[in-house]
Amino acid sequence: MKTAQHPEQAAEFVANDARAHWHDQALWFVREKRDRMAVSLPEWEQLRDTASQIKLHTVSRMADYLEEFERNATKLGAVVHWAKDAQEHNEIVLSLLKKIDAKRIVKSKSMLTEECHLNPFLEEQGIEVVDTDLGERIVQLRKEAPSHIVLPAIHIKKEEVSETFHEHLQTEAGNNDPNYLTEAARNHLREKFVAADAGITGVNFAIAETGGLVVCTNEGNADLGVSLPKLHIACMGIEKLVPKAADLSVFLRLLARSATGQPITTYSSHFHGPRPGGELHIILVDNGRSNLMGSSQFRNSLKCIRCGACMNTCPVYRRSGGHSYGTTVPGPIGSILAPSRDSKQHKSLPFACTLCGSCTDVCPVKIDLHHELLEWRGEIRKRGQLPISKTLPMKFTSWMMQSPWLFGVVGAIGRWCLRHFPRWAIYHGLNPWGKQREMPESPKQSFRELYQIHESKKASDE
Amino acid sequence: MSSRDQILNNIRNQIVASVDHPGLAGEWIRYDDRVEHYATVLAAVGGTAHVVDSAEQILAELNQVPAFAAAKKVVSLCGEVAGNVDFAQIDDPHKLEDVDFAILPAQFAVAENGAVWVDDADVKHRVIYFIPQHLSFIVPAPQDAADAIVDNMHQAYERLSFGQPRFGTFVSGPSKTADIEQSLVIGAHGARSLNVFFLRQ
Amino acid sequence: MQVALFIPCYIDQLYPRVGMATLKILERRGCDVVFPSTQTCCGQPMANTGCSSDAKPLAERFLEIFSPYQYVVAPSGSCVAMVRRHYDEYLEGRPGFAELKAKTFELCEFLVDVMKVDAWGGAYPHKVGLHSSCHGLRELEMGKPSERVGPAFSKPLRLLEMIDQIELVDPKRPDECCGFGGTFAVAEEAVSCMMGTDRLRDHLGAGAEVLTAADMSCLMHLQGLGKRQQMPLQIKHIAEILNESEAKS
Repeated sequence: MKTAQHPEQAAEFVANDARAHWHDQALWFVREKRDRMAVSLPEWEQLRDTASQIKLHTVSRMADYLEEFERNATKLGAVVHWAKDAQEHNEIVLSLLKKIDAKRIVKSKSMLTEECHLNPFLEEQGIEVVDTDLGERIVQLRKEAPSHIVLPAIHIKKEEVSETFHEHLQTEAGNNDPNYLTEAARNHLREKFVAADAGITGVNFAIAETGGLVVCTNEGNADLGVSLPKLHIACMGIEKLVPKAADLSVFLRLLARSATGQPITTYSSHFHGPRPGGELHIILVDNGRSNLMGSSQFRNSLKCIRCGACMNTCPVYRRSGGHSYGTTVPGPIGSILAPSRDSKQHKSLPFACTLCGSCTDVCPVKIDLHHELLEWRGEIRKRGQLPISKTLPMKFTSWMMQSPWLFGVVGAIGRWCLRHFPRWAIYHGLNPWGKQREMPESPKQSFRELYQIHESKKASDE
Repeated sequence: MSSRDQILNNIRNQIVASVDHPGLAGEWIRYDDRVEHYATVLAAVGGTAHVVDSAEQILAELNQVPAFAAAKKVVSLCGEVAGNVDFAQIDDPHKLEDVDFAILPAQFAVAENGAVWVDDADVKHRVIYFIPQHLSFIVPAPQDAADAIVDNMHQAYERLSFGQPRFGTFVSGPSKTADIEQSLVIGAHGARSLNVFFLRQ
Repeated sequence: MQVALFIPCYIDQLYPRVGMATLKILERRGCDVVFPSTQTCCGQPMANTGCSSDAKPLAERFLEIFSPYQYVVAPSGSCVAMVRRHYDEYLEGRPGFAELKAKTFELCEFLVDVMKVDAWGGAYPHKVGLHSSCHGLRELEMGKPSERVGPAFSKPLRLLEMIDQIELVDPKRPDECCGFGGTFAVAEEAVSCMMGTDRLRDHLGAGAEVLTAADMSCLMHLQGLGKRQQMPLQIKHIAEILNESEAKS
């Protein structure tokens, strides 16, 4: 199956210039909020360093910390499950739901369950899964995928939300007021919360030292979802671990500031064991993560705390939209994570980047994102997945550049052609540069020629 | 082999250079006036801070809040303000669905982010932090409001311990969302308003 | 002070005037400047496409060609970043490589950090917008990127600020990428051109008459877009502005 690659999907998004600019500006607005929050802490760069080190330390002792977490969580009365892949994760969730014959589930935002495609799996079993984060509910009703990990509906206009809510929640047609629409969602989802048989949440952080887990939301949907029904299932990738509770001081200071430019999320909830009379099940999911751990090139991506700052700052993401990446996690971090699962399918993603490095500077845990993307390009070349249209010109250029004489000749011919060819011979379908850009003006003499003249003039002056 | 052992073995088979934990010491931010900073940040996230000296003052302030005046069902877990729901007698948290206003104790506040810390040690149904339409917290402040406010999250975690089955959360302002075109809307699923009272004793 | 000019391949062929401006600025400051004529390309296009084996021989040539000199200076942050930040993969441990990294500079860096330039003789009575090219900014740390927290500085800006009568304008987004990105410019043509047009409009909106940068590759892309859209904006490499201002005085 040939899947559409990023350049084509992006071009389609960019073709709607007004909308692409609207999208770009919406995310730039978030980036600016983030900047204001970052500068409000003079210790920002030290926090980033500390966070990065804590995560690297955790990865270097991951197995020990996982066992410590399991021990402590179990002591608190939680049940810990292990899933090596998405399939096993989904089956564990299903078996837990079946045990209490749960039919209606409320779920707060969890990129892991997106990664595992939990919703369609449960729906096939006749279980209703309602995403309770407003943005996620909007995309769920529209049968779309989130286009951003923190702002799932950032690509959707309020008029479109209004249409969707009119259709599904019977809101008044043409009322596009975000207050009105949010109120409608609040009332609709209240019913779902109250009727739910179980609540599923993601996990922002899990604490090895205490066996607890932390879930952050602004809406309070995770908390509402798990404090009414008796069953709470928390799904987490194994990289969510931190060694000690006090480490959270660093991460909670960075997370919301980086994500949305808030000083902290409205709710940062610490769950230690089930609530009285309830059950807490924690599913630890690998799904390829332990393989990344051994790779010195890509291990860094396991530091990610899913704040989305790299997306908000990425000039390509902002203009091409999250869906152009064709992955659960889009943007710079997604372009690193996706090829580690299937580099052939996602081979264009590491190239959907100008290597500007803004993501690396914005990342609160100092993942060297743009360098990892560059590493992936090499890896894709090594795996023979780079099209010949890219490898051949590079091979030729390298060969040419190894001979200054040849370089001079080819350069001179090229310049001559640029000066003398008619426009139609230069600007055509095979020249993507010239579609929207003029070619550079072609000088008669190259620098090396001018330099020769300069030198001989200098000699004759002396 | 179980999945657990497979995962752990696979991790242990990877060669990962050892990295030390960096420690948490640092020149973390402090504020000259924690009370003022807290109030500013809380206002920025949609809440309101009050410094008061008596239960009467709290009630007077609450009476200024239209949602309190209009509330039919009020849960109070603070001695300073009376509610009209017998919280202890409620066996099913679903019965709290229609609570209009709750007044709950909080332990301390954090200046850098406008949060208060609450836990369910003495609270039977933790949903009470999330389900009421409106929420107020009363934070005991021994002498001065500043005594109940730490500067930053590092100091906050120094005050916390997590030894037993319990739920705790930092709450910073009322529930909110900006999921529709980045327009901030207060009152997503949880409280639509949040007042924090520092009660000097 | 002996300086070997490292003139990126596309500047050699398409923008010789930028190379000449660099040469003149350095000579005017008493540098003994030479252009090793066997140089061609640093290998960045291959490296950035993932074709490391094609980049390697060019890195090896570079080391051989430039090893004998006291300093290596180039009017390009991007090509210098290739040498300083990305040659390790090819040359780690080779004799002379550590020295090469330490003595290779982008022009503005060289003027500010090595030559300690703190005054500029000339005048340039124009409204100028500076495009902070990413590789110079972030890989060579020639300035403080807007994402980072700390004291603001920019070496190219510092030089421009020394010029009399120059009026520097502030775009709304201080250091957003122009969208060139090497082969990105053609592989992701649509996004690349949108990014470039956005940069141009931002600078035009800020009142710029002249747009400059320390990297001609970004400017080549921006110039191509500006020209097609007939934008009233002159494009000049920072070496040209520095040289012209001085030559006139």
